[in-house]
Amino acid sequence: MSNHNNGAVVRVEGLSKRYGDIEALRGITFQILPGEVFGLLGPNGAGKTTTIEILEGLRQPDSGSVTVCGMAPAQEPAALKERIGAQLQATVLPDKIRVEEALELFASFYQHSASIEMLLERFGLAEKRRSFFEKLSGGQKQRLALALALVNDPELVLLDEPTVGLDAQLRRDIYALIEQFRAEGRTTLLTTHYIEEAERLCDRVAILDRGRVITLGTPRDLVESSGHGTRLEVRLAKPVLPSRLMQLDAVMDCREAEGRYFLHAQPPAPAVAALVRFLEAEGNALLDLHIAQPTLEDVFVEMTGRRIGD
Amino acid sequence: MMASIRIALMSIRLVMRTKAALFFTFLFPLLFLFVYLGFFARGNPDADLYYFGAVVTLTIMGSGFWGLGMQSVMQRERGSLRRYRLAPIGPGSMVLSSLLANYLLGLPTIALLVVCAMGFFHMPLRFSLLTLLVLVTAGTFAFAGFGLTISSIANTMQEAQVYNNVIWFGLLFLSGVTVPLPMLPQWIQRFAAFLPATYLVTSFQAIMVKRESLFDLGAELLALLVSGTFGLLFAWKLFRWEKEERISRRAKLLSVTFIIPFLVMGTWMNAHRGLGAWEETFSLMSRPPLAAGQHAAPADGNLLEDFENSQET
Repeated sequence: MSNHNNGAVVRVEGLSKRYGDIEALRGITFQILPGEVFGLLGPNGAGKTTTIEILEGLRQPDSGSVTVCGMAPAQEPAALKERIGAQLQATVLPDKIRVEEALELFASFYQHSASIEMLLERFGLAEKRRSFFEKLSGGQKQRLALALALVNDPELVLLDEPTVGLDAQLRRDIYALIEQFRAEGRTTLLTTHYIEEAERLCDRVAILDRGRVITLGTPRDLVESSGHGTRLEVRLAKPVLPSRLMQLDAVMDCREAEGRYFLHAQPPAPAVAALVRFLEAEGNALLDLHIAQPTLEDVFVEMTGRRIGD
Repeated sequence: MMASIRIALMSIRLVMRTKAALFFTFLFPLLFLFVYLGFFARGNPDADLYYFGAVVTLTIMGSGFWGLGMQSVMQRERGSLRRYRLAPIGPGSMVLSSLLANYLLGLPTIALLVVCAMGFFHMPLRFSLLTLLVLVTAGTFAFAGFGLTISSIANTMQEAQVYNNVIWFGLLFLSGVTVPLPMLPQWIQRFAAFLPATYLVTSFQAIMVKRESLFDLGAELLALLVSGTFGLLFAWKLFRWEKEERISRRAKLLSVTFIIPFLVMGTWMNAHRGLGAWEETFSLMSRPPLAAGQHAAPADGNLLEDFENSQET
């Protein structure tokens, strides 16, 4: 397995794509460096799947340039497919194909393929090797899709929403597999609308919204550069005007919803101390306090005014 | 090429695991065999051979239209072709694999028909199996081309079913596959000369009843092979991996050109060769079986009367 050590594995410049009247991509630009896990984070309809499908060669852009592993997907599709592995948002196989057969069949298409036994063991499918595709659970189908993405031992792995529809435990299992990709030195592009997934797995994240990259960087840098601060969620014995809480030390903003107060503070410790002193002076009581670090969702909200799930 | 073979073998395995597919691939043709040879031929060896040709043609047509014609559309609508698209294989591999699977599944079906016809109806083996194989191959090739072209131009399963039904029933009743051509009005016979199924069924009947060789059927074979080639080229060029990809009306109209060989054949048949060969085969079939030492008399042109008389014998 070879990596491009002296350049980006993926270069996207000014990529645009339109479906009729809908502009799915509006001139996005980013690079993916060798060995990193790069995330495309955004709500549904942001352009994540369109982007990854252009990189896979499944769609053609209307404008812009794309280079994957040094090749243009449209011009060298067969050569590119030998070097990349991809997992679609929904992988559909014939109902009566067995797990082992699917891996063997797809492995046979490549000049170089990984060991089927190794893939079955690694993705927890060894006991299901003779099972028909139709009999697999959702999690097993997703693991098979990931195994198929690695069947040619690729240097670049493209994963489109790999954990959508899975429960929390299965999602963590998939995270562990993806973390192994990084340990092996593979370059990975991951699209997701789950904040936790992007924050946990990605070395760098590009946040997409309505076809544009609104910000790009490491999750930590993005959060720190956000003006949101730490979120304090409090419940009080007696109601208070949010404007009064806004005047406390280190509190940047405050809103009230259904009897709970949401404050953003930077740094959080002085704000908590000021809150306690204020409540004592008012004869009020703190019933509940929850402190949460800012997330990429806060970054998205700050930049777009909407939540990713909206 | 290896990818096509592997996909074809996988497709065959999948058919073997699906009860409905097994029924329509192997058992359904046997129903036609028992109806045709049991009810229509009624023990007349020449009639057995005559109608056997129709059964084989039905089998080949069915696998082309309802097997291949629907399979690719179904895979595309289901989304299972998408996963193949991520692999370094092209449309040509997919089209070729469909053709191979169809052919490899068809051969044991035809063999089963021959065995059952000989075993249950004592159909005489008066024809060369090699000749039968060549004709089966040419017919499968031609109708695979038709079926795959339809699956390429149809945007949905419903659309494919409409195309298949219109073409299928037209060929069924107008090409001699159900009603022997000489029993149809002259103008329908002239029209049948333009239909691909006509050449397949009359070729089978010619080798079985009249014991003609492949050399005598050169024009028919050529038409089938050229048409099949056109059909497969169109299927390759118009191949779509995803249901969202729509095909233009212009491309649909262009794909119809695969029938050009049969337009040429039909014109030539009507203008020069005539329909006598079909009548001759039919008259040979409709004679009563010869007793030992008896020689065949020339046909007197009373085809329908002769046919009815032979059924009463």
